[in-house]
Amino acid sequence: MIVAKQKDLEVIVGMLQGYERILVLGCGTCTAICLTGGDREVGILASSLRLADKVSGKNRLLKEHTVERQCEWEFLDEINDQVKEVDAILSLGCGVGVQAISERFPDIPVLPGLDTLFMGMPQEESVWVERCSGCGNCILDKTAGICPVTRCTKGLLNGPCGGTNNGKCEVDPEKDCAWTLIYQRLEKQGKLELFDEYHPPRNFQAVVRPGRFTIK
Amino acid sequence: MAESFRDVLNSGKFVITSEIGPPKGTNLEKTLHHIDLLKDKVDALNVTDNQSSVMRYPSLGGCILIKERGGEAILQMTCRDRNRLALQADILFAYTRGIRNILCLTGDSIPVGDHKEAKGVFDLESVQLIRMVRTMESGTDIGGNELNGAIEFYPGAIVTPEANPIEPQLHKFKKKVAAGAEFFQTQAVYDLGNFRNFMQYARQFNVKILAGIVLLVSARMAKFMNDNVPGIFVPQELIDELAGVEKGKGLQKGVEIAARMIRTIKDESICDGVHIMAIGKEEIVPEILAIAGL
Ligand code: SF4
Ligand code: SF4
Repeated sequence: MIVAKQKDLEVIVGMLQGYERILVLGCGTCTAICLTGGDREVGILASSLRLADKVSGKNRLLKEHTVERQCEWEFLDEINDQVKEVDAILSLGCGVGVQAISERFPDIPVLPGLDTLFMGMPQEESVWVERCSGCGNCILDKTAGICPVTRCTKGLLNGPCGGTNNGKCEVDPEKDCAWTLIYQRLEKQGKLELFDEYHPPRNFQAVVRPGRFTIK
Repeated sequence: MAESFRDVLNSGKFVITSEIGPPKGTNLEKTLHHIDLLKDKVDALNVTDNQSSVMRYPSLGGCILIKERGGEAILQMTCRDRNRLALQADILFAYTRGIRNILCLTGDSIPVGDHKEAKGVFDLESVQLIRMVRTMESGTDIGGNELNGAIEFYPGAIVTPEANPIEPQLHKFKKKVAAGAEFFQTQAVYDLGNFRNFMQYARQFNVKILAGIVLLVSARMAKFMNDNVPGIFVPQELIDELAGVEKGKGLQKGVEIAARMIRTIKDESICDGVHIMAIGKEEIVPEILAIAGL
């Protein structure tokens, strides 16, 4: 899933300056699961914005709606009519969602209410962790299912740096050293020989930006 | 011609290297002074490369200064700030300026330094960098294109003998040897017991090992390093020893401890030499050597 966090309210308020009729649009998929852009958050944010408007003596139209998925056009048809009534859409989807809406309704500004962080998963309550960077050349078969490209701060491919500290990473004692984890899991699986395998420099053009994928 | 650093290490002599931290800015006075002070007392001088991700005068520039003043330089090169094109170009340049020793490092991560919003490049990392040097020696760049004039280096790397856990580090060490590293300078060692264990493992490989000696100047520094610098373990006896001296005598005690460790390493032939990192106290390195009887 895509993990994203809400921008600060002041930033959102600033972004919305000059617009009178705003659709706050949630996404029922990833950002709903990470509790930053679903139906509930749309309600809370719209209320906060109304309150801010009240304080500053404004009286703007703030509509609320959540689609099942912002990143697929077919899910956006249901907002066709609402879009006609507003002069801006505040999206609580990820950056893909914002762009999908903007591409579908190019005449109207679509503003990001979230900062998109990474592809990851929930780890424990209120904690999401990054797991994949979409490098285009998956090596999880060699690394005991732990992605060094993403989970090692430096993206090292050939083992731990000297900064590994009691199993934690040199940049943050809260984060596990990916290469210590890889070592331990390979050992458990009896596959330590994989640890000694040389990985050549990464092909940073495995996905040429912007990525495009066609099924043949 | 003067003996190369490789020849010195292969001669069986107890080898001493030290390091120069270049300035933040263009005032080279102190750096030149340190080079002049140390160049004839040690077998080679490393120049750090934006150490701890703090931007400074380049390692390459420092190495050229050392060469100009008749010293032997070890070019520290990290993968944090340059992609593979820039790394190769710098290596070509270094070679044409007479630099023949290179220490291949991954580099510290960006957030520990003084440009916290920078992009950490890490296009390559240490093992790949060692291989890159060896590939370029064979006459091509790592894109497979022929070089008009190749290079020849004595490539080295680092190892952290007191890392915890140690096994992954040992595997990485083996990978660096396989990639073509010929000498190793270690992270600071303080517990010679641990270091002897490491050497028992390392001895099976045909590489030269220089034990890292980082000068301690106070019990506080020792404790700070234990708490904050990964892979460093200052045993309690040493902390007590430093804490036991009267105020203002910490540095002297640190010098004594460093000299004593060097002496022991040499007398017991634990490894092939030492790499002394005085971190801002380069002035004191000759004294350490004198007390160690070197
Ligand atoms: S190696 Fe890592 S970044 Fe690349 S595809 Fe696999 S999980 Fe994703
Ligand atoms: S400590 Fe581990 S995770 Fe962090 S940069 Fe080094 S190898 Fe990568």
